Amino acid sequence: MKQQMMLGAALVLAALPAMAETPVAEVKYVDGAIAESLTGAPGDAAAGAKVMTNRGQGNCVACHVISAMPDVPFQGNIGPTLDGAADRWTEAELRGIVADAKHTFEGSMMPSFYKTGPYIRQGDGYTGKGFEGTLPPILTAEQVEDVVAYLVTLKE
Amino acid sequence: MLRQGRTFLAAALAVCVAGAASADPVEGEELVINGDITLVTRVAPAASVADALPEVLSGWLFRDEATRAMEMDDFDNPAMLAVDVGLELWDTVDGSEGKSCASCHGDISSMKGLRAKLPKMNAAGDDLWSMENFINDCRTNRMGADAWKWSGSEMTAMTGAISLQSRGMPMSVAIDGPAAEWWAKGKEMYYTRTGQLELSCANCHEDNYGNHIRADHLSQGQLSGFPVYRLKNAKLVSIHNRFKGCVRDTRAETYAEGSPEFRALELYVASRGEGLSIEGVGVRP
Ligand code: HEC
Ligand code: HEC
Ligand code: HEC
Repeated sequence: MKQQMMLGAALVLAALPAMAETPVAEVKYVDGAIAESLTGAPGDAAAGAKVMTNRGQGNCVACHVISAMPDVPFQGNIGPTLDGAADRWTEAELRGIVADAKHTFEGSMMPSFYKTGPYIRQGDGYTGKGFEGTLPPILTAEQVEDVVAYLVTLKE
Repeated sequence: MLRQGRTFLAAALAVCVAGAASADPVEGEELVINGDITLVTRVAPAASVADALPEVLSGWLFRDEATRAMEMDDFDNPAMLAVDVGLELWDTVDGSEGKSCASCHGDISSMKGLRAKLPKMNAAGDDLWSMENFINDCRTNRMGADAWKWSGSEMTAMTGAISLQSRGMPMSVAIDGPAAEWWAKGKEMYYTRTGQLELSCANCHEDNYGNHIRADHLSQGQLSGFPVYRLKNAKLVSIHNRFKGCVRDTRAETYAEGSPEFRALELYVASRGEGLSIEGVGVRP
């Protein structure tokens, strides 16, 4: 019940800026890249940096070192460092990697952030309990754009 | 073509970063307990898992120096308090039959070797049992006592005391005969990517041991130290309790402690550790 209400609330929130928002099912990947902003607008890099360090959201630093974030302790090394990511990838490619990296790197361990399933034994966040119905994506379209806005600043 | 180049670059970078951490697991360190018993913490993999692991490594090798040191001396090992409780429980009469474990089994040293062979098929041959199942079977069917909670303090104290009897003995579980289908089921679980993060045990403990995921230094997720004393919880933790936490962290629905799924997984994971010494009992962060 509480879950449904929260999901309902999330849907309403997600619906607010929705004029040009691309729903998960309609995202087009070309060679792993997504050409257009998922919100139709540019993201906010400062907000993106927060999403990337939040454990319940992007938690990118769990797997990636980002030297531009010296205050964030315990950066992991499962994936490559993101330093200079914008020299290696275009904005469209970075958007595709953040939304669903498995289109770029087959079988990647990197989670798919703009995806709603299907998942095997999907849980309700980190509670260990099951979740009935369709899970909202880990990141909203706006959060994906915020992260992309931060990533394009990572040049060496 | 271009994409391949980039993927390769990413892979090369990943190797670089992993290389930076290649002092992990610690080299040249031996786990000698009380200056006396040398445990096997590195061993060649059994044939059944040779394609998965180049070398089988105890979780002890991945811990920091202070934590490693705690396990090397029983006076410093905080698990030994719980083990003492377990030894007392062994001699304590409980239940309607007026019996203690010792009434039938004699000294707890009669359990020597058992930890290394678990989980295994029960006597009836119709179910795969973890140590907890054997203990509760005796309590409920032979002592007229209540079952202990799977990860309750009495149970972990007892599994700790029983595990200590096998300290230094090589892990070696039977995976043939009726256990074969359990093993296959456990193997399938090990490689299934679960939850919203779509991660399998293998993603973390096979492909990335030695690397860091946030603050955590990934080991091979071996069972040789169990039940382990976790400094974070300040108590002994059962194998299934650890499994539960790892599955939960993939944002998945976990299985229950004691469930057939976790017992199957336990058998498969135990087989990956074949040859490691039972630590009896380990200390982990
Ligand atoms: C569970 C670990 C994990 C998490 C969490 C994770 N990634 Fe990744 N990421 C990887 C891995 C592994 C790769 C390497 C690609 C591959 O081979 O799978 C990668 C690759 C990348 C790349 C391409 C790297 C390059 O520069 O060539 C970018 C960009 C990236 N990730 C961004 C992110 C962002 C942004 C987040 C958070 C929203 C994130 N990752 C979260 C594991 C992770
Ligand atoms: C009334 C006698 C009796 C008591 C009391 C008893 N057990 Fe047992 N236990 C047995 C018998 C008999 C078996 C062998 C069962 C079989 O193989 O079918 C057994 C088997 C076991 C096993 C499996 C051993 C193996 O090698 O497979 C464990 C572990 C065990 N008991 C632990 C305990 C503990 C701990 C207690 C006290 C909480 C206890 N038992 C109390 C009779 C007893
Ligand atoms: C997201 C990464 C991740 C996944 C997926 C994961 N684990 Fe873990 N696991 C950890 C971390 C972190 C630790 C603590 C550090 C260590 O020993 O690796 C740990 C510890 C363990 C330990 C304790 C090892 C010891 O020496 O005490 C076991 C056993 C274990 N995991 C088994 C599993 C199993 C089985 C699965 C699959 C159901 C699994 N893990 C999935 C991250 C993970």
